[in-house]
Amino acid sequence: MAPKSKKRKSSGLKKGIKHDKNKELPPVGEEEEAINMESMGHPEIYPLVLTTKTQEIFNCRIDEDLTDEQPYKLLKKQDILADFSNRAAVSDFYPVKKIIQAYPGDEILLVYDKDFKYGLNFYIIGTEEGKELYFNPPEVPEEQEEHIEFKELTPEDVFTYKPPCSKPWVSLGSEKEIEEESVKESTKQITYMISRKRHEFGAPIKFSDQNASSVKDGYIECTAYPDRNFVIKLFEKDVGMQAIPQVMDTSTQTKWAYPKTATTQYYPREFLEEEKEILKQSKPLADFLSNMSISVEIALQQNEITNTFIDDWKCLAEEEGTFGDKTDTHLKEYQSFTDLHNLTEKMVTCVSWHPQIYGLIAVSVAVRLSFEDRVHFSGKLLLQPSLILFWSFSDPIHPQLMLESPEDIFCFKFCPSNPNIIAGGCINGQIVMWDITAHADRIENIKTGGSRSKKATLKPMFLLEPDMNKEELYIRYCAVSSIENGHKKVITDIHWLPDTFEINRMGSVFENRSGICCQLVTCSADCTVCFWDIRPLKTTTPQPTDKKKEETIEIPSDIPSTFLHLDLSWKPLSKLKLSKGETTLDHCPTKISLGEERLLYKTQDKALAENKAMKSGEMNPYQNLESGLANILKPIEDFCTKFFVGTEEGEVIYTDWKLERDPETGRLMTRKPVGLYTVHDSAVHDGTVHTVQRSPFYKDIILTVGGWNVAIWKENVMIGPLLQSSCAPKRYTSGHWSLTRPGVFYIGREDGYIDIWDLLEKTHEPAQSQNICITMITCIKPWTFSGIKCKPLLSERGQAPGICETAQGNS
Amino acid sequence: MAEVEETLKRIQNHKGVIGTMVVNAEGIPIRTTLDNSTTVQYAGLLHQLTMKARSTVRDIDPQNDLTFLRIRSKKHEIMVAPDKEYLLIVIQNPCE
Repeated sequence: MAPKSKKRKSSGLKKGIKHDKNKELPPVGEEEEAINMESMGHPEIYPLVLTTKTQEIFNCRIDEDLTDEQPYKLLKKQDILADFSNRAAVSDFYPVKKIIQAYPGDEILLVYDKDFKYGLNFYIIGTEEGKELYFNPPEVPEEQEEHIEFKELTPEDVFTYKPPCSKPWVSLGSEKEIEEESVKESTKQITYMISRKRHEFGAPIKFSDQNASSVKDGYIECTAYPDRNFVIKLFEKDVGMQAIPQVMDTSTQTKWAYPKTATTQYYPREFLEEEKEILKQSKPLADFLSNMSISVEIALQQNEITNTFIDDWKCLAEEEGTFGDKTDTHLKEYQSFTDLHNLTEKMVTCVSWHPQIYGLIAVSVAVRLSFEDRVHFSGKLLLQPSLILFWSFSDPIHPQLMLESPEDIFCFKFCPSNPNIIAGGCINGQIVMWDITAHADRIENIKTGGSRSKKATLKPMFLLEPDMNKEELYIRYCAVSSIENGHKKVITDIHWLPDTFEINRMGSVFENRSGICCQLVTCSADCTVCFWDIRPLKTTTPQPTDKKKEETIEIPSDIPSTFLHLDLSWKPLSKLKLSKGETTLDHCPTKISLGEERLLYKTQDKALAENKAMKSGEMNPYQNLESGLANILKPIEDFCTKFFVGTEEGEVIYTDWKLERDPETGRLMTRKPVGLYTVHDSAVHDGTVHTVQRSPFYKDIILTVGGWNVAIWKENVMIGPLLQSSCAPKRYTSGHWSLTRPGVFYIGREDGYIDIWDLLEKTHEPAQSQNICITMITCIKPWTFSGIKCKPLLSERGQAPGICETAQGNS
Repeated sequence: MAEVEETLKRIQNHKGVIGTMVVNAEGIPIRTTLDNSTTVQYAGLLHQLTMKARSTVRDIDPQNDLTFLRIRSKKHEIMVAPDKEYLLIVIQNPCE
């Protein structure tokens, strides 16, 4: 559209032409497209755009053909029309085609609108009059200037008011536009009227639930349906596959132990022999030893001197502990032996353990009759053999061996060198010798019969069948001593002299030539002590014994001939008379106790000992007693020839067995007793001393038991006993030191009690007293074995035959 | 050489001595009067103990040194005389 405000000036320009500013511009021509400047008051001006091509065709190029001085061109109408035919719609003149066709003239004025007055760069004048106007008023440019001046000049003009006069409306084509632009209703509008009753407005509303599907048309849904148009079928799929083995991942937690380096040495590192030798030779070792040995020896000597770590309190306490336990020291009866064969009342006179065989006891029994009764029944007694019975633990009823003797044996002893030799003292003063070498295996077999093991010491004995050794052997004696030359009364004690020395007729002590026990000492109630030698005498003086020999009964053949030389002709080597001095009463010895001196063998004697060993290996030395006599007597100096004697009166005598020559009479006589052990010149014991025994631990401590009390003496101490017990309620009938404990000794009472004295516990009374049997205890002999301590307690039974009991006690 | 023998014999003949042995610095026995297994046992154990005792003494006072070690037990007394290179061990029974 043509800007109206801008064109006010141009309309002023064209005032000269029309002088009609307020006029309505006449509508443009028929062509709707042609736009003219009617709005500006120049209806004949049609702006155009001319392209460069058009400009070249029509030679109206800008700045070449059309300049400022001549900005117009007269174009031939035919040219334009030819252009129309050439370029048809493309032609720039096409918008004004009708105008040009209707142009009456031949030349059309084209003006270059440099300032774009009319909007475009060219315009044509569509009428002749316009063209004329254009050319004619060359004062057009001047008019322009005049326009400006005109404005100023206008107030100079007198303004006359003319009222507008109405003119007939000229349609310029605007009613078409209006018609186009106006809005008209195409259809007729329909009118609805909705009404409702008024009271229905504002009523309270109540909502309720309702299933939408229950009511018809309650809801409208738009269901989804598979639209085929939108379905894409997947015909191909690209998938990757891999065939793998089935794997599974698992994990577990194990206990993590710290790894440690450890080594084990299997063998100790040791030096080889050569290395040891080399080291031994080395000087540093010698230096080291010489340096260190000093301090080591000091330390060793310190230990030898004293034990610095002794706890004295503790040591004391230990002693207490052992005493308090009474059950241990109780004596338990172990075994009782009864002789079923000999039913008369018998008394056990002496008991001895076999020195070597365990569990074998030899018991001598005697008839318990007074002297008158003996005489009375002497005929009867002759029929009954007097026996020494050998009992074994295996058989409490049957004795293993029975040794016969002519008379009742009051005491007997095994020979220490050869346990098969037994010497016994009879009631009539004879000494009886037995040799049971032939039967040794019999009694030894007792030991070996059955399961034998030293550990289970007792049981095997009992398991032995009692009928093993059924046959009882009566073994006859080998020899008896001479009746006239020996003792006149009962032999109360018999001892073997040890095999270390021997005595000659004078009582001098010599070295034992034979190396075996070959001498005996006996004491009897005829107040004499006799020494006997079992070896055959060199000088065989014709004796009245020859007569006896002829009268002798034929000796049975099964008796060994060991002591045949002694039989019935045995004379004592020396005889000691124990006299009390002036008075005629003599001591009646009941027991003697010799000193047990152990001689240290000199080198010369070693040969003797070896010889002895050899001989005993070869044969029984007792078979060959003469061999020893061949040796030379060697005197032993400084031998104590004194011994203790216990008497019937209760005294203890310490006397010497060496005979001396009476300077006056020239006879051999005994020395005076060295000492009489008395207390205040009176006998210690009130009754017969029946036990004089040296302690097995201390050789100079002697135990004497007699009467109602006990005394302990020390040799060479004449003042009195070391210990003298008070009078006991019952008579003491037997006593013995304990073989294991130095302070313990056993006393047997006449009421069958055993008193165990422990000097370390109590000195005024027995530590323990225990009843063993009813009757008097006649003999006590302890024995120790490895492990078990047995004490045989022997007693007599009142009515029953003599019973030997063994009791066991721990101490 | 004879001295060595004589010295050891003298020590061995003391009252109550059960055994004597000479051990080198590493605990390997050189001379002994006991049987092999006992010797080896004593040597190993006492060697370690001596080392420990020596180090204890020296820890307390570096200028001090162990001269003698005696172990008294209920049954015996073990005496150890240490040196730089050797160890002399004597076992005694102080029977009082």
